[in-house]
Amino acid sequence: MALEEIAGLKFSNGSDLFKGDRLLADDCLQASFNLQIPRFCDPVQFLKQYSEDGDSNVKIQFDHGTTTLAFKFQQGVIIAVDSRATAGQWIASQTVKKVIEINRFLLGTMAGGAADCSFWERLLAKQCRLYELRNKERISVAAASKLLANMVYGYKGMGLSMGTMICGWDKRGPGLYYVDSDGTRLANYTFSVGSGSTYAYGVLDSGYRWDLSVDEAVALGRRAIYHATHRDAYSGGVVNIYHMKETGWVKVSQDDVFDLHYKYLRKE
Amino acid sequence: MECLIGIRGKDFVLMAGDSVAGRSVVAMKKDHDKMYQLSNRLLMAACGEGGDTVQFAEYIAKNIQLYRMRNGYDLSTKAAASFTRRNLADYLRSSTPYFVNLLIGGYDDSDGADLYYMDYLGSMVKLPFGVHGYGSFFVLSVMDRYYKEDMTRDEALVLLQRCIDEIHERFIINLNSFKVKIVDKEGIHVMKDLRPTTKPPEETPGTQSMDIV
Repeated sequence: MALEEIAGLKFSNGSDLFKGDRLLADDCLQASFNLQIPRFCDPVQFLKQYSEDGDSNVKIQFDHGTTTLAFKFQQGVIIAVDSRATAGQWIASQTVKKVIEINRFLLGTMAGGAADCSFWERLLAKQCRLYELRNKERISVAAASKLLANMVYGYKGMGLSMGTMICGWDKRGPGLYYVDSDGTRLANYTFSVGSGSTYAYGVLDSGYRWDLSVDEAVALGRRAIYHATHRDAYSGGVVNIYHMKETGWVKVSQDDVFDLHYKYLRKE
Repeated sequence: MECLIGIRGKDFVLMAGDSVAGRSVVAMKKDHDKMYQLSNRLLMAACGEGGDTVQFAEYIAKNIQLYRMRNGYDLSTKAAASFTRRNLADYLRSSTPYFVNLLIGGYDDSDGADLYYMDYLGSMVKLPFGVHGYGSFFVLSVMDRYYKEDMTRDEALVLLQRCIDEIHERFIINLNSFKVKIVDKEGIHVMKDLRPTTKPPEETPGTQSMDIV
């Protein structure tokens, strides 16, 4: 490993475990130790001093606050997200891409720490590609979500903040899993994650049916995010909608919630 | 907010767990199964911290399978429970303790049906019936009152239904569906989900509602 050489570190565990096969050892180590943490460092304690009630003059506030949702229906999976990033009370950005394109048949959503989500899902993309190359077939949604859950479980208690939904289409049809930084992994038909999730659930649950048409489903997703951005201060910007089909995902639309507000008002 | 119930009968163990998977105030999944198959005749119900339950349960299950592969026969219930408890206790004072509460139910030819109750601090006890969670405050007395040694499957299911009804009656959190499984000589059998049978509150007879004008 290049970093190992530059840092002058020696990982002797590898050579003990795999007596012959150094390549295999490297590969396995790569898969499990992606973020080397120095043994003396306790990330949670270290970061405490920079939090709101910490000692330091410098305050670090991580990007949180969001509404994301996804639901399975007979025509696939609809993913709808907002695009606001907040650092405490400050709106850091209104144009964040909260849907991460892992590969043509897998999408991940971002809620919690923006950096945590993008980093780990990009790492997941690498693992999924390796799986494809080794097994000559696409990875299932269940396996991809399990890989992610196991990766973040290794850092449990160290301050990662990630609530993501892994959506895809595989041999078993449309797939939707919720994975978070506690190591929880759940499969279900509808999920909403983020500070505005409760508001989104309200609209989503009351309008959801398995046999929605694509247009109805897209409209439902858009409506649910709009209502969440209306009530939740930490969600806003634009609503991005993706549709996961048998042939892969397509980006359906991008609508400013401000425009949606007046559009819905006029309709009623 | 989770509830696990285990009842030992004549030659079987009946285990049930609520089917809500929640995160803070949201019920993320309403048909979640909290019971994990460790081997043909060993069942573990686990509740507690999100990722820990699944990771610990799968770790124990795989190790039990490994024992089977290496030795050609299954671990006894007593040994599997001891192995599980040892792992909980060893990890307790490490940097990664497992915050899980368990019920392990199993059947073997030498000891018959057994139920073991374990908590996240690594304590373990063999019990005729055991309950984890806030539900225990309501259900343990129901068990004490109506449990008998050597119950049949039907009697045990009636007792379990009584417990679920009591939880529905008095517990503030809505747990309206329980996944149920039975472990016996033949293996693990999945039963139908159980729901509370109590009706919603009606006017109590003999009182008149007062309209305050």
